[in-house]
Amino acid sequence: MEAFLGHYNYWIVVALMMAGLCTVATSGNLVKKVIGLNLFQTSVFLFFISVGKMAGGTAPIVAEGWTRYSNPLPHVLILTAIVVGVATTALGLALIVRINRAYSTIEDEEIRRADLHRLP
Amino acid sequence: MITAHLPALQVVVPLVAAPVCVLLRRSRGAWMVAMAVSLFAVAGAWSLLAGVLSRGPTSYLLGSWAAPWGIEYRVDETNAWVILVVSVISAAALLFARRSVEREVETDRIHLFYTAWLLCLAGLLGMAVTADAFNVFVFLEISSLSSYVLVSLGARRQALAAAFRYLVLGTVGATFFLIGVGLLYQVTGTLNMADLAARLSELGPHRTVTTAFGFLAVGIAVKSAVYPLHTWLPNAYAFAPSAVSVFLAGTATKVSLYLLLRFLFTVFGLEFVAGGPVPLLLALTGIAGLVAASVAAVRQEDAKRLLGFSSVAQIGYLVLGVSLLTTAGVAAALIHLFNHALMKAALFVCLGAIAYRVGSVRIADLAGIGRRMPWTASALVVGGLSLIGVPLTAGFVGKWYLVAAALESGWWPAAAAMLLASLIAVAYVWKLVESAYFRAPSPAAASVREAPVSMVAAAWGLAGANLWFGIDASLPIDVANRAAAALLGG
Repeated sequence: MEAFLGHYNYWIVVALMMAGLCTVATSGNLVKKVIGLNLFQTSVFLFFISVGKMAGGTAPIVAEGWTRYSNPLPHVLILTAIVVGVATTALGLALIVRINRAYSTIEDEEIRRADLHRLP
Repeated sequence: MITAHLPALQVVVPLVAAPVCVLLRRSRGAWMVAMAVSLFAVAGAWSLLAGVLSRGPTSYLLGSWAAPWGIEYRVDETNAWVILVVSVISAAALLFARRSVEREVETDRIHLFYTAWLLCLAGLLGMAVTADAFNVFVFLEISSLSSYVLVSLGARRQALAAAFRYLVLGTVGATFFLIGVGLLYQVTGTLNMADLAARLSELGPHRTVTTAFGFLAVGIAVKSAVYPLHTWLPNAYAFAPSAVSVFLAGTATKVSLYLLLRFLFTVFGLEFVAGGPVPLLLALTGIAGLVAASVAAVRQEDAKRLLGFSSVAQIGYLVLGVSLLTTAGVAAALIHLFNHALMKAALFVCLGAIAYRVGSVRIADLAGIGRRMPWTASALVVGGLSLIGVPLTAGFVGKWYLVAAALESGWWPAAAAMLLASLIAVAYVWKLVESAYFRAPSPAAASVREAPVSMVAAAWGLAGANLWFGIDASLPIDVANRAAAALLGG
């Protein structure tokens, strides 16, 4: 029980990750797929952030009365990954707009059916 | 002076040139910038490779921050080879691209097309040159995001759906890679590959390390389209603009496979890899990919889609070579990696030239092309023969070394699968050749002329390289042997 509660950050990460991946895999709606992808990426952001955090630690700036500092490197890394995530989301949504214009639908199954009789 | 900064310039020059293309707003100017950058990359890659072969690996500290804290770029035999392949294919594809893109992409988007091209090139070269695990992720995403854009610029609406699918699977793959990097950092507190390797070997067996390896391997496998994680590839190649198919088929999956080698041998080390189920898993996915994708290729009616499935099969060959975990196997995989880039680029250029004149690459519409477009069609035949692995073509050399390496390790089922897949390759290449030479011209092809000179030059430049490296393969064999020895010994 102790081990379970002591690692609660990981359990949150795992739950979010599974929810995200499951949404990506099972949802037929393209926007929902992008939301799932976001959830999945966010879980990884949380993972990196919690790895860098020290219990009882502060920001890594030398200050009186503090001896424990969090590791800033994972936080900086994940800043880059967040930017990448935003870019991916923007590109995904832009593609969905164009798909909607071309097919008049954003349902995976209907797109597949619309192309079925024309597929080479 | 400038040669000391070459490893960084390989990445910085395309990265800086990309916004220049946006500012130019001229399609011809953007093409010239992209071509100049690619030729610079070829010259730089050649100089890097020559330097590595004569003086050994070099290390470059970005901003002079000492490794392992700063980002280190490290050039050894393996990635100098990959950098050369990527830049040569980019230059050849651009030679073909100018006329093709004018036809297939809307005029006001062409400069943006070349911007995305340069970003993709920067990302691919960066993935190859960097020795920092997180830096790999950043470059992986730069090249991936720009290749989703490039694929989506295809003329037909299926390109959009293919690009979206590629985006979803590619992002899942890249995020898996990121999880793996995070777990490694958690255990070792470092991101530099050499430092990671040293600390991992001190650490010994560790559950987090095994987990990290799983995430990294699956992430890389998605990006390199290892069967059965290849589902994004055939449609992405089939519906992308012709020039993009040439570029991506010759480079993207190759760089990802290089990452697989890098993580298997440099970071985790032979001892760790050989101990687990990894060789068996790699061999099984390799064999399954070889056979299943070859069979799927035979059933295609669209020539570009056929080549896409054939690419998945060829990646099976490479994975099978790596799975042997011997110097001979890895060297054979590196030789075939180069040869496959040459043959696939040549074939996609030919199909692009046919698409330019005929307006379609359905196999039925290729009918009679042999008489109408003799230069293009003959280059298609040379590329096809190389794909099968007929002697005197580059494909033969790669497959010969792969089969020999498999037999040397006593893996005769692997050798048998490779021979079987080559026989199936005869069937699908024959589909193209039969349509081009032994059928009456289709109405679409009846009145076409030979493709423009720039396209024929690109097609025969690549087809000629297939013949050249089929007859004198001393350069790739020498480099691949040294690279494999360094990977497995170090």
